[in-house]
Amino acid sequence: MGPSGGGKSTLLRVVAGLESPDSGTVEIDGQDLTGVPARQRGIGFCFQHYAPFRHLTVRRNVAFGLEVRRRPKAEIREKVDELLELVRIAHLADRYPSELSGGQRQRMALARALAIEPKVLLLDEPFGALDAQVRQQLRVWLRELHEKISVTTVLVTHDQEEAMEVADRLAIINEGRLEQIGAPAEIYDKPDNEFVMKFLGPATELDGVWVRPHDLVIHNEPGIGGQGALVERITHLGFEVRVDLKLDDGSSTWVQLSRGAAAELDGVPGDQVWVSRATPSKRHESLTEVVG
Amino acid sequence: MKSRWRLPLRTLALGYLALLVVIPVGSVFYRAFQHGFVAAWDAVTTPDALHALWLTILVVLIAVPLNTVFGVGVSLILARHRFRGAWLLDAFVDLPLAVSPVIVGLALVLVYGKTGWFGNWLAGHGIEIIFSFPGIVMASATVALPYVVREVLPVLQEIGTEQEQAATTLGASSFTAFRRITLPSIRRSLAYGVTLTTARVLGEFGAVVIVSGAIAGKTQTLTLFIQDSIDNLNPVGAYAGAVILAIIALVVLTVLGADSEGRRSTWRSRSDQSPSDSEMPLPSTTSILTSPMDR
Repeated sequence: MGPSGGGKSTLLRVVAGLESPDSGTVEIDGQDLTGVPARQRGIGFCFQHYAPFRHLTVRRNVAFGLEVRRRPKAEIREKVDELLELVRIAHLADRYPSELSGGQRQRMALARALAIEPKVLLLDEPFGALDAQVRQQLRVWLRELHEKISVTTVLVTHDQEEAMEVADRLAIINEGRLEQIGAPAEIYDKPDNEFVMKFLGPATELDGVWVRPHDLVIHNEPGIGGQGALVERITHLGFEVRVDLKLDDGSSTWVQLSRGAAAELDGVPGDQVWVSRATPSKRHESLTEVVG
Repeated sequence: MKSRWRLPLRTLALGYLALLVVIPVGSVFYRAFQHGFVAAWDAVTTPDALHALWLTILVVLIAVPLNTVFGVGVSLILARHRFRGAWLLDAFVDLPLAVSPVIVGLALVLVYGKTGWFGNWLAGHGIEIIFSFPGIVMASATVALPYVVREVLPVLQEIGTEQEQAATTLGASSFTAFRRITLPSIRRSLAYGVTLTTARVLGEFGAVVIVSGAIAGKTQTLTLFIQDSIDNLNPVGAYAGAVILAIIALVVLTVLGADSEGRRSTWRSRSDQSPSDSEMPLPSTTSILTSPMDR
């Protein structure tokens, strides 16, 4: 995951052999594949815009990899039927890609890539071209599919929510550099630097330190380590409530509260409050070192 | 407004077509058979006429495949690679169409003729190009150079390389990817380009008349035969030859044209009706997942 233009897709294409690296090696399963041409790498690649073979039916699209490998006809038929069933487009087998919706094309591309039984599945912004609702559905579906077929999958996305939801391990890439790699929760809680912190979720500054706005608490009375502040604005965003604060030292910050917490606070703009970190935990120490 | 203008516009278009094409070509057919079918048949079955017909077909059979391979090759290079001088290659492809065929013929004579740059060397090796069959093929191929490129290149640029790359990751060699993915995608435009090329080669006169020497029974193509017949006051031969040329062209247009019919439009029109995701909810998986929670 990373912002657009950061080199995620290029890295994916290098892994697939569609691009060759200036330096470094590509290893899969301990095997050096750097010099191996794309067609011999045994990698399933799904393009952002699916790259369907427009002149072939869904069935022939999925069968392509097997036909090229000259598998017996009966075997191809059986395998393709199985895959179409798996991605739930069996009823569309004889249609052309142009007769499918975006989500259906996406699943066809997935079946096509899976047909060759790849060692690794590479997905380039697989949900990028779909509308929000379909994206959400497909995400859940992909996660489930992945548990069923258990092929190591590398998914590229610029959407942090999507990345957090589908990934077991997350790598943050920015301007061609790998910023951090780890489990989603680990990266969210212990970001290595300011960029990762800000990119992965909401962030605000308190005492010159970057924190998550939901890690801040507001008190009606001065407590230990609390900073005096004036309530500037309270915005109700459904479940969460956003409270903008003007700190006594002149800087601004904001706090994310649940509806319940906001009701308990019962504040109005102009109120004097005190703000502090909910858990003055270790999690931000590394960050303090970097930023502070 | 629309309906008021439709009839006059249609009449104008058809009238223009009739004045330029239908009436002149029709009159050629009429004149050819004016003295009966037998006279026409005799005029085009003389040894010289048959030779001209055979020569024309032979030129088509060689020049058209050459230009097809060259055209697809150049299109692939121009569409897929960025390099210095690409614009020059692009411009040179059009050059034969931009200059008069007579100039193309003259240029070939200058280079390959007896007194031309390569003429001496070629003559020394017993190779004769000008006033001979190879010269006719070269002239015909040159004037018909741009047609395949101009039809195929835009389609190649539009389809991009992703489909080929997808084929590659699925295990296809670059030749297989070209044959099974790219070629079907450009098939219609290629067929149209080949049709135009064939028509041009069949009908070429200016360039061929200069490089061939127009020797009856030897280097006389069908168009040259027609010209020769007119010069020698043999109008039936000229008209009958013209009819044969027209028939060959019609056959080519019909056979190849059928393939290029509505080229590029097929999948376009289909994609216009492509269903959207909101109309077609995802089946099963998600509903299985969500329904227990709902209850």
